[in-house]
Amino acid sequence: MTLPSLKTMRDAIISSVAAKMLKDSSIYFLTADLGAPSLDQLRHDFPDRFMNVGIAEQNLINVGTGLALEGCRVFVLGIAPFVSMRCFEQIRNNLALLSQLRPVNITMLSVGAGFSYEVSGPTHHALEDLALMRTLPNLELFSPSDWVMAGAFVPYSLSQPTPKYCRLDGKPLPRIYPDSHAFDFHKGFEVLQTGDRVGLISTGSLTHGVLELCQNTPGWRDRVGLIDLFMFQPMDETALQNQLLNYSHIITIEEGFTGKGGLDGLVNRLVVQSRQKITVDAFGVPARYLFEAGSRAYLRQACGFGPDDIRRTVEQYLR
Amino acid sequence: MTVCESKRDQEDDRTLLRNFLEQKACWVRRETLHIHQIAPATRIASSLSPVEIFTVLYYGHLLHFDPAIPYSADRDRLIISKGHGSVSLYPILADVGYFDKQELKRAGTVESFLGGIPDPMVPGFETVNGSLGHGLGVGCGMAVALRHTKNPASVLVLMGDGELYEGSVWEALLLAPEHKLDNLLLIVDYNKIAMLDYCAKIIRLEPLGNKFKSFGWDCEEVDGHDVEALHTVMQKLIKRRNGQPKVLIAHTVKGKGVPLLEKDSLCHLRTMSGAEVQAAVEALA
Repeated sequence: MTLPSLKTMRDAIISSVAAKMLKDSSIYFLTADLGAPSLDQLRHDFPDRFMNVGIAEQNLINVGTGLALEGCRVFVLGIAPFVSMRCFEQIRNNLALLSQLRPVNITMLSVGAGFSYEVSGPTHHALEDLALMRTLPNLELFSPSDWVMAGAFVPYSLSQPTPKYCRLDGKPLPRIYPDSHAFDFHKGFEVLQTGDRVGLISTGSLTHGVLELCQNTPGWRDRVGLIDLFMFQPMDETALQNQLLNYSHIITIEEGFTGKGGLDGLVNRLVVQSRQKITVDAFGVPARYLFEAGSRAYLRQACGFGPDDIRRTVEQYLR
Repeated sequence: MTVCESKRDQEDDRTLLRNFLEQKACWVRRETLHIHQIAPATRIASSLSPVEIFTVLYYGHLLHFDPAIPYSADRDRLIISKGHGSVSLYPILADVGYFDKQELKRAGTVESFLGGIPDPMVPGFETVNGSLGHGLGVGCGMAVALRHTKNPASVLVLMGDGELYEGSVWEALLLAPEHKLDNLLLIVDYNKIAMLDYCAKIIRLEPLGNKFKSFGWDCEEVDGHDVEALHTVMQKLIKRRNGQPKVLIAHTVKGKGVPLLEKDSLCHLRTMSGAEVQAAVEALA
């Protein structure tokens, strides 16, 4: 079987949304002037339910809220640092806060996780959004690792009368999961490999590289496990905690700041609550901005979470 | 009936309506002061400037609403974007049947849903308010949805003048004319004072009407305490659907009806003592 070519999470979602819009006139699609090849078709097919609000993320969320309060199901698209930070208070008040009192079905498509826009520099890197969105109650936080999962999120998202933040990688990526895979968005994670000593837990596009390491490094089979975490909240924390208890060493890997409440914050809390002797190493971006205009692989390595860094740490625990 | 008699009847009707609305506004002002007495953290001066606007909308048969079904599909949507300055809507909502009037006596206490800044916990309020600059954009979204489903209801947004300093307001001011949202009416409670000073001394808003017009809004101005003028212009604007969003600049006085507030450029944060409230209520009567 030939695996399909590379695809972006954004295109998978937009194609899925467009298919749903054909049958459901309550679905709207708004963008803050961010485009995509798949969006060209959607805006051609649904001119009355597509709206470009201009480069105005605050209004993107506000207009989307108004539509959602009228019972529409709304997707809003923008660049990750701007969708998460330019309009943080709009997300807090009109989505997280208001949705506690009234249904607000909005899905934010936040494109450009981590270093996706690597050469654009630190203004376009999204290293804070996981931690920021985790601070908000009532908000669902989705961080898919491939486009199959991203596309599968659309029907789930339409069925949930809640606000959701989707942290989407900006680059075309291969698939990890087959089309028929049944994702459990309430559980929120997949175990891609089991082991008995070191547990790796990653999110987003990083899962690809980590999975490759796990599958190709001699001596890791049955010893090193890999969890792909895709729902940060809500999710089955007890089930995840039970998985973590399989290991004596946990390593979190995220393309975001470490020590600020992202993936490592979630895992650390579950480990502490378990009262077990488990070590946690956090791989990610140390607390500084990167002005280097390098490739994504270069930036990851510069931050100390290139494949060799991860391999060395795992090997150390396997000795 | 002669033309003269018909004209006289119309004038009599107008006088009746004006007297009725003025009496209601006076009652709303008194009740608002009583609420402030129980809940001194409420923003009294900001809440007194839109009293006539609220009174005319709810008692002048301009707003379509049903307290038995707060989110009825055919209701007109009123968003109070200047949430902090809308405590004066509490007595009206209670009076028209959204909740028991007894609730007014325990506003601001732990048992009450009537806080200093209203949200949809208070029946009759659509959105979370008071954090400024959100209401107009949300109203734009509602207006788009209503038009799409051919729902004839209107969206009204009440905004303060100080709120116009928020950049998000201007994002929405740009969008509404582009989408020809003529089912949207923005009412600016133009009381000329923000928190620390007169707007004219902070950053000038004038020429405000020209700003709206140049953005493509259908703009009218009115004395925001003249119930008859308010009734005439709001009735006209709500009905008007000419492809443009509408804005009514209502010239008001912050702290209207209470001389010690009216004279104070810092009245926004002013808390009145019990004796001051008592004196103000007596002066109104």
